[in-house]
Amino acid sequence: MEKSTRNRLLQEQAALWMMRSAAFVVFASLVAIILTIVVKGWSSLSWEMLTSTPQGGYYLGKGGGILNAIAGSVYLALGSTVLATGIGLPIALYLNVYASPSGRSVGMIRTALDVLFGVPSIVYGSFGFVLMLWVGIKVSLFAGIIVVGLLVVPIVARTMDEVLRSVRPEMKDAAFAMGATRWETAWKVVARQGLPGLGTALLMGFGRAIGDAASVMFTTGFTDHVPGSIMDPAATLPLAIFFQLSSPVPEVRERAYAAALVLTMIILILSIFGRLLVKRSSKHTI
Amino acid sequence: MHTPRTTLSVRGLHVNYGDHAVLKDVNVDFPDRRLTAIIGPSGCGKTTLLRTLNRLIDNTEGTRITGEVLLDGQDIYARGADVTGLRRKMGLLSQRPTPLPMSIFDNVAFGMRIHGERPKQQIAERVEYFLRHASLWEEVKERLHQPAGGLSIGQQQRLCLARGLAVGPEVILGDEPTSALDPISTRHIEDKFTELKERYAIIIVTHVLRQARRLADHVVFMYLGEVVEQGPAEQLFNDPQHELTRAYISGSIS
Amino acid sequence: MGNRIFLSDPTACTAEVVAGARLLAVADRVGPDRAWRRAAMDNLMRVVVAMFAWCMPLLLLAIAIGLAVKAMPLISTTPLMDLLTSSEWRPLKGEFGFLAFIVGTVEVTLIAVLLAVPFGVLSGIYLSEHSNTATKRLAVPVLDMLGAIPSVIFGIWGVVLIVPLVRNGIAPFFGVASTGYTVLTGGLVLSVMVFPLITQVVHEVVRTVPNGLRDAGLALGATNWETTRKVVVRKALPGIWAACILGFSRAFGETIAVLMVVGNVVQIPWNPLQAGYPIPALIANNYGEMMSIPMYDSALMFAALLLLAIVLAFNLYARRVLKRMEIRAN
Repeated sequence: MEKSTRNRLLQEQAALWMMRSAAFVVFASLVAIILTIVVKGWSSLSWEMLTSTPQGGYYLGKGGGILNAIAGSVYLALGSTVLATGIGLPIALYLNVYASPSGRSVGMIRTALDVLFGVPSIVYGSFGFVLMLWVGIKVSLFAGIIVVGLLVVPIVARTMDEVLRSVRPEMKDAAFAMGATRWETAWKVVARQGLPGLGTALLMGFGRAIGDAASVMFTTGFTDHVPGSIMDPAATLPLAIFFQLSSPVPEVRERAYAAALVLTMIILILSIFGRLLVKRSSKHTI
Repeated sequence: MHTPRTTLSVRGLHVNYGDHAVLKDVNVDFPDRRLTAIIGPSGCGKTTLLRTLNRLIDNTEGTRITGEVLLDGQDIYARGADVTGLRRKMGLLSQRPTPLPMSIFDNVAFGMRIHGERPKQQIAERVEYFLRHASLWEEVKERLHQPAGGLSIGQQQRLCLARGLAVGPEVILGDEPTSALDPISTRHIEDKFTELKERYAIIIVTHVLRQARRLADHVVFMYLGEVVEQGPAEQLFNDPQHELTRAYISGSIS
Repeated sequence: MGNRIFLSDPTACTAEVVAGARLLAVADRVGPDRAWRRAAMDNLMRVVVAMFAWCMPLLLLAIAIGLAVKAMPLISTTPLMDLLTSSEWRPLKGEFGFLAFIVGTVEVTLIAVLLAVPFGVLSGIYLSEHSNTATKRLAVPVLDMLGAIPSVIFGIWGVVLIVPLVRNGIAPFFGVASTGYTVLTGGLVLSVMVFPLITQVVHEVVRTVPNGLRDAGLALGATNWETTRKVVVRKALPGIWAACILGFSRAFGETIAVLMVVGNVVQIPWNPLQAGYPIPALIANNYGEMMSIPMYDSALMFAALLLLAIVLAFNLYARRVLKRMEIRAN
């Protein structure tokens, strides 16, 4: 073999190995993170941990568990996902059925959503704080749902938009040609065709809502109790981890690790479930 | 046979997309109870013409339409015209069959349901009727509630036909309705057209000259956005008046 | 209406057609009332969905204006230049110099991006150009999951694994004593958060390079890697650049994970093994007392506005690059 050819093939091999190791590092970091959380959290996880609220104060009290955070997080994520879907689905329908595809408004709104998606959650939190001062509501589950809902809207709307964008235009034409109005086309045909993808978007929104810490700091507060009403403050899993991890009391830190494991499990299950949903397209999808 | 009346005619129609003129001064009479084939090389505006007939073109941004399209003597582009009502009078078959994301039954029932609630019994009766009408009943009667996506392409196109017929149209529009189909399914659809033209005005766009010869009673030949020649099929194919028509029919332009 | 032709055609008068006509007659009994209701519903929904959609640009505007209004008291008393270039941070005396925080943020972000870019870009190219289907099928969900993991989880991972690594490994290696809570630690944790994003965007962008170009490269006798490097990467370069910018802006605003490992000492970190205090951490750590010290809330909202402005600028720029690529690809 010629020397230059051999060099080139060597270079090819070297490049391949570099890329493989880069990909390996990406993969290994996921494994490392999950392993860390499982190893640290597994021993702390118990029935009592999941079903009782912290006793004697979340930062110093040794007894109890993380029920306050689990309940708060689930309420918060449910509420904000419902809110975000209520806003996001109409937006996706607007972009794909009502607005003209070549028009300027579509581009502007998609850009706005993309940019909002990039806005850090601490900025949403700060904005939430300003909003609460103006409107005059206290730190509460309600305030959290509003602000986290706004945080999740771009994700839900943009994911749904991508889903509906893949619906063939002929299908819309077919509905129009039968005399369906835009709304009937949007609701009965386009949304129905995108149903599995819309489900995935919902799960993604839920995942983002339950995992976000910075925006709930300002808005939802923290408490040892399960919230009794929507105007009560609520604990959340991310903040339970953040606050309790720095406690000097080992038992409290156990609670942080347990909360981390619970949160990670929820996220992984959502991620896997969302993937299955896309793959196994719904019965009627064409 | 009686003399066909005109139900649909186009008068002085211009369609512009931006600065580009897609249709230039089109004047066509589509005879009732006849099959009209619109032929011409690709990009000549055949499909655009078809889409102006049921105002699907409204959904394309940036088009400007002038002139008239008269359905039963009424201009469908007149101010305040009822677009959904108009579209209901026009069935559409597109190039690729487009079943809606629902069951076979619901596909056919879709139009009836949006246009008016009716007792279940009547809907079921009509679904069966129109599926029979499209010669699909025997093949699907056992699986009416299964997804329409599971049908073969040819069956899907017949389902679309049944669905279109079910809203009670006067005119059937076909945009190269057999171009995605295998020869046997094509035969099916063509036979159906021959049968249906006894009752409906059928207008199809086709780029297959043989198909136009087989099916059409009336032919419209278009070139670069203009109607070059139109007339009874026999005359247009056997004795074209225009040089361009002759060239197209003999295959020297395409 | 629809059945006129139907009935008047004698040739079609089979029993079947008569049945059909009867059925169609039912359709005609449905009055104009329903058509009116449908049109009204359609018009109503048209307004509703358009309103929701236009709320999004407005939301962006509202966030900016809301923060700006709260930041006004500070901006009107202290010149903007002083705020940005002074490192005197004494809230109780009303002195708010953001330099230390700005330097901290930039340093953490740069470390994160510099580490993440080679890994992210290489694995993105690997995924789209050189990996087999099995790898792809494993990698795509893994990336999705990495992207979905909340930042507080990355934070806990940093505290458990990276902080000791810096304290006992990296710092002693450079002959420095350190608690492990440093700018470098923050950068390391952030880089792991950022590279799934970079990998994904690069993967998407490289996939848009038309196959014809690859074939052309290979047909000229280039090896796979040479084709990738000289043809595909060159073509996808703007997109790869945009991916890095997006990674940068993501890292820039990241809060909790960084806050947990970076040390949070108000000082300009002269080297990465010192503790730093990025802007997001500043806001998150002090929201509790911001109402009790005059101007403090204004200062924190100014910090948030600063963050928003920078992230917005980077994001818009990256989106424009990607958009232009998309247009060219079509």
